[in-house]
Amino acid sequence: MAEIVLDKVTKRYPDGALAVSEMEIEIADGEFVILVGPSGCGKSTALNMIAGLEDISSGELRIDGSRANEKAPKDRDIAMVFQSYALYPHMSVRENMAFPLRLAKVADATVRSKVEEAAEILDLTQHLDRKPSNLSGGQRQRVAMGRAIVRSPKAFLMDEPLSNLDAKLRGQMRTSVSKLQRQLGTTTVYVTHDQTEAMTLGDRVVVLRGGIVQQIGSPQFLYDHPANLFVAGFIGSPSMNFVPATLEDGTLKSPLGTIPLTDRVRRLAEAADAPREVVAGIRPEHFEDAALLDDAHRHGGVSFSATVDVLESMGAEKYAYFSLEEDLATTAELEELAADAGAGDVPGGGSAVVARLAASSEAREGSPLDVWFDPDRIQLFDPAKGTNLTYSA
Amino acid sequence: MSHAVTEAPGQPARPQGKPALSEGKKAERKLGLLLCAPAALVMLAVTGYPIIYSIWLSLQRYDLRFPDERQFVGLDNYVAVLSNSYWWTAFGTTMFITVVSVAIELVLGMALALIMHRTLVGRGLVRTVTLIPYGIVTVVAAFSWFYAWTPETGYLANALAGDGAPLTEQWPSLWIIILAEVWKTTPFMALLLMAGLALVPDDLLKAASVDGANAWQRFSKVMVPVMKPAILVALLFRTLDAFRVFDNIFVLTNGANDTGSVSMQTYNNLIKGLNLGIGSAMAVLIFVTVALIAFIFIKVFGTAAPGSDQGSKR
Repeated sequence: MAEIVLDKVTKRYPDGALAVSEMEIEIADGEFVILVGPSGCGKSTALNMIAGLEDISSGELRIDGSRANEKAPKDRDIAMVFQSYALYPHMSVRENMAFPLRLAKVADATVRSKVEEAAEILDLTQHLDRKPSNLSGGQRQRVAMGRAIVRSPKAFLMDEPLSNLDAKLRGQMRTSVSKLQRQLGTTTVYVTHDQTEAMTLGDRVVVLRGGIVQQIGSPQFLYDHPANLFVAGFIGSPSMNFVPATLEDGTLKSPLGTIPLTDRVRRLAEAADAPREVVAGIRPEHFEDAALLDDAHRHGGVSFSATVDVLESMGAEKYAYFSLEEDLATTAELEELAADAGAGDVPGGGSAVVARLAASSEAREGSPLDVWFDPDRIQLFDPAKGTNLTYSA
Repeated sequence: MSHAVTEAPGQPARPQGKPALSEGKKAERKLGLLLCAPAALVMLAVTGYPIIYSIWLSLQRYDLRFPDERQFVGLDNYVAVLSNSYWWTAFGTTMFITVVSVAIELVLGMALALIMHRTLVGRGLVRTVTLIPYGIVTVVAAFSWFYAWTPETGYLANALAGDGAPLTEQWPSLWIIILAEVWKTTPFMALLLMAGLALVPDDLLKAASVDGANAWQRFSKVMVPVMKPAILVALLFRTLDAFRVFDNIFVLTNGANDTGSVSMQTYNNLIKGLNLGIGSAMAVLIFVTVALIAFIFIKVFGTAAPGSDQGSKR
């Protein structure tokens, strides 16, 4: 177990492409840190640099307090789990798990007991003598985990370890990865593009975009206080709605109507020296069907009326999609997020406002609906720089 | 039939449906055979017939110098060949050349394959340069080796052999033949092995280095076992080829000083000696040996191909 420090770590490829720019993170001993971002954001490169599979162009990587830039992967005492699992096809499960120990010339008896112990934890005991090709995806994933844990390494590095599993299995494995990490208390760096994994697994989440760290914090903190449009749009599912708005005399003129600013929002916006034109963000879960609220509650917020285009019932909740007369806010960050989500492939995708309503809502497709929200929940962003004007730590 | 009906009453659709399905399959199989037929016929004409004809010839006393004495003699020709020390000398020479040259080719070919696989700049150029020897006609290459090793005029003879004439002595000749063979066919080996290298996922090597393997361990414990099927295919191809070595020997030594291969012996008896019976018996023996080599290799495949085969074997 060890702490890992990335001190202005940069990766620049020979062709000049900058994959990771001055990354600064201190990962405490035993901490579970998630690197998250869309594809091409540099998260896997960062992980490979920690593993020693890619050279660090500049900056310093310290593992357990000592500089590791020049150490070969085998000398870093780090275990890695790959998205493809990278199991050795010619070895049985037992041999796969024993491989790192054999290379380290551990005595046979110790190897056997460690492998069996790990197999016990991962429920692989009855599969020990099978070849990886005869295992299911979930079993292979567990073997890959087993190969990592047998060595009791200083840290685990996981590169999208659950991406190749189907949705249900992924959910189960997510829980067991989290449990396993807590049980072993090993420092873990986990790369994913899945914001659900990021939210549920990590002690802290690092959001990356284009090789630059956008924000580091606990999942809840990122959700409540995103530093910029990108983080706001990335964290949360369905993602935050963004509408263009104008600040005028303490109110916010937007396609959702004229919204009075609460004291808190106004103070933060003034302190941030907000421009007149802003992007207003509100999460789907902060909307509610106005008909479901009592009067007192209703007067504490703002309502607007819109026609429901599509209504998705999830059983426990409903998602209502409605389009506004004006276009939604677009900035470089938002376009990138939309592209990552594949919205570019769907005509009209991403141009609707989403509201999460209680299951008891009687909203219907094609009918107008009064939607209520609390103006204090609104976050304002600078459309040019993307920074959160209502950010408060 | 009646059993199926009594055991599964109320499901008459199934027994009726099955023949219909197999009917379609039958037609499909028939079509498949028909489509294969032309190729199969050509194969029979150009390989089947000569093989059978040479087996037929090998069972006769048939010397073109004495055509009147043609006579069926059963296995006499084989007895004559197999009890002859010239044959066994040639067989030993052939085996030696085969084993040594294929072994050297494997090592060099693997090195070349790794270089070609890893080259980042000028990949096309490196591959082309590597393949040049393979693109040169064997006889032409053999002649250039021959002249290079000719005393007084050859640069290799002058540089390395001093006053001697290496192509007139058995061991130097054998090594020169092996050198010519290796020079010529290593690129082929490298190509086959490179195809195998491409099958080793990068993640496996990354995983191995994180697991603590050094470069040699990554090569020997991960790369080689994973590409074993490709290595075996390359070895099989080259062994079969090398066992039939002819052109290099023909040009370099013409089989002098016990450097002749079994193919040389066959040529000498069949074409030069006009002894169709003995020559054909030798040709059949080569055929049997080659088939035996292929059989052994394929047996090895069946048991040793890693990973994927296990499932299908069960």
